[in-house]
Amino acid sequence: MLKKWVPLFGAAALCAAMTAPQAAKAEQLTLCWAAWDPANALVELSKDFTAKSGIDMKFEFVPWTSYADRFLNELNSRGKLCDLIIGDSQWIGGAAENGHYVKLNDFFAKEGIKMDDFVPATVVGYSEWPKNTPNYWALPAMGDVVGWTYRKDWFERPELQKEFKAKYGRDLVAPKTYDELKQIAEFFQKRQIDGKTVYGASIYTERGSEGITMGVTNVLYDWGFMYENPKKPYDMQGYVNSPDAIKGLEFYKSLYDCCTPPGSSNVYMVESADAFKSGQVAMQMNFAFTWPGLYKDEKVGGDRIGFFANPAEKYHFAQLGGQGISVVAYSDKRDAALQYIKWFAQPDVQAKWWKLGGYSCLKAVVDAPDFKTSQPYAPAFLESMAIVKDFWAEPSYAELLQAMQKRVHDYVIAGKGTAKEALDGLVVDWTEIFKEDGKI
Amino acid sequence: MTTSDHTYADKAAEAAVRATPEPVARRLRSLSDKAIAWLFIAPTIVLLLAINIFPLFWAVYLSFTNYRANRPNAVVQNVGLGNYSRVLNDPDIWASMQTTAHFVFWTILLQTVIGFGLAYLIDRKFRGHAFWTTLILIPMMLSPAVVGNFWRFLYEPQIGLFAYAVSFLTGIPTSEIQMLGNVHLAPWAIIIVDTWMWTPYVMLICLAGLRSIPDYIYEAAEVDRASNWRQFWSITVPMALPFIMLAVLFRGIENFKMFDMVNLLTGGGPGSTTEVASIALKRDAFEAWATGRSSAFAIVLFVAVFGLANIYVKALNRVKQR
Repeated sequence: MLKKWVPLFGAAALCAAMTAPQAAKAEQLTLCWAAWDPANALVELSKDFTAKSGIDMKFEFVPWTSYADRFLNELNSRGKLCDLIIGDSQWIGGAAENGHYVKLNDFFAKEGIKMDDFVPATVVGYSEWPKNTPNYWALPAMGDVVGWTYRKDWFERPELQKEFKAKYGRDLVAPKTYDELKQIAEFFQKRQIDGKTVYGASIYTERGSEGITMGVTNVLYDWGFMYENPKKPYDMQGYVNSPDAIKGLEFYKSLYDCCTPPGSSNVYMVESADAFKSGQVAMQMNFAFTWPGLYKDEKVGGDRIGFFANPAEKYHFAQLGGQGISVVAYSDKRDAALQYIKWFAQPDVQAKWWKLGGYSCLKAVVDAPDFKTSQPYAPAFLESMAIVKDFWAEPSYAELLQAMQKRVHDYVIAGKGTAKEALDGLVVDWTEIFKEDGKI
Repeated sequence: MTTSDHTYADKAAEAAVRATPEPVARRLRSLSDKAIAWLFIAPTIVLLLAINIFPLFWAVYLSFTNYRANRPNAVVQNVGLGNYSRVLNDPDIWASMQTTAHFVFWTILLQTVIGFGLAYLIDRKFRGHAFWTTLILIPMMLSPAVVGNFWRFLYEPQIGLFAYAVSFLTGIPTSEIQMLGNVHLAPWAIIIVDTWMWTPYVMLICLAGLRSIPDYIYEAAEVDRASNWRQFWSITVPMALPFIMLAVLFRGIENFKMFDMVNLLTGGGPGSTTEVASIALKRDAFEAWATGRSSAFAIVLFVAVFGLANIYVKALNRVKQR
């Protein structure tokens, strides 16, 4: 009886043998990231890796609005879709503590990859957990920061310069402070330029993912908003809702009310870039990754666009964006994935990454003498990367983010309550989350 | 079925009988009809249990724990009725329930009134009524994703046709017609879209109700010299009422769990103005990752919808029996 089944088992074993080596040899790696311009640059860059290693690269890119939902679900369910992931900076705590990422210390030591070779803020922001400890879970991959673009061609119009100077007593140039920024925004709001109504500024207001938080924190840092007491972790009373932070939030609302285009109640990266590209706004808040694309734009790019780092107020900070590249712990192709990271860390690859439109975090690239002149936006990028601050990167970052999204959107966009009530409420929410985490 | 089909089927059956090993055939022959029936429906039942019933019971279990899906390594603790207590005492959840109630009430009211009105008109069988019926049904045939996206463009203050039309009629500048960004207008923006999309569905059900009323009843009423108004209120409405109530039930259940349209149009904003219960639940479950608490919230919603629907169905049955 058993003999009858032998040929069948043989055939099954043959089939298994024919398919198994593909997995074992890792001829294809899947890299997961957001669907945006730098991802296209990475596809181009990775062709060199395939040519060198013989390993095909497959990419899984998801739009920003569902990026966190999609990939955090994937990691939480211990999925094997991604071998490599370029995860958001705030995921690092949860990914490290829940074992989603492979710890890279031994690999870095073995391959001679030194974190000192990377911009310090990106190492802290994208690689380390716990922060400021030498525990590395990612290689800094894509430096990013919130900054501003402006319509240089409008700013340079003699009639507008004259009118602006007469009104405000200073030149119409890229602002250095938020008060200056608001004045410029007010100046342009509903102005007719080339027969078209234009508006002051496009700022982040998106509710669904992280948009308004990125915009609000980017401004609040400059007023003095702090996540916690520097001497007592998780002590937020008087720091998150300090009088200065309240003033900062009031300023953000006033900027939204006075100077944004109509229908700006749900704006994030794409919408903000679109507002700028369509010639609607004089200034635009956005992550630096959008700058290469905007500079190349036929209508608003080239000589028509200028870039500036976040203006200062009492302090001078900018919201960190960007990501590190990690190896997913559930991948069956760990060695090949590490091979990719080793290749990606090489200085010549990093130099090409910058040329293609990615933002390298390698000091050898950004500290090179010709870096500042390599692209018109390079000086603003460098200046911005020197002043970065990031949102919580705790394992409970998603809850912390959602609480802030709700509190600030309710106040800034829906006009519900006061800035003080919004930030006081945020302290209550965050305290509750940290209590549940056992951190307080 | 043709004779050749029969022959082929018979041959196939005979071949199957021959191929069945004797011990299996003997065992099958000993089965009762009921057992064979169970054998056939068992795969479906297993599938239903796996994808419907098991998740429901699993959600009930999770609702009593502090489980978080984003903390797979954390210890899961029993919190008793803690999650239910938090859900029922959370002002934000009650606000989302209020938003849902507002949305459900107005969409059902508008869809029922307009849908019944349209059905009444279409039932007159005027020239070209088939064409108009088809035209009216189009919105219902579209995907909610498509509808949500194109209405978002229609509502756009600077380029949207809706803002332009309102501005043309009222003289209000288009830049001030912010249907999705204004806290007072955003809920109505969603109600308008849902009404535009689903009124045809209500109309269709009402039309079926109107067509089911026998002509002789109207003829008898005319013999009794009942006015059109009297015929409408004494014959048309009572006899179409079970159908109207059915339409209200279907739309009520659908709109209670409305997610896609709200998500596409406003994402629950501005602020939390349009955060209906399903959006709040999604945020709690998949953004805040409070899996245990959101399970409790889901169970509360389930019980509410199930309870209300049951009461409503009983009322519907009473109306039908009249």
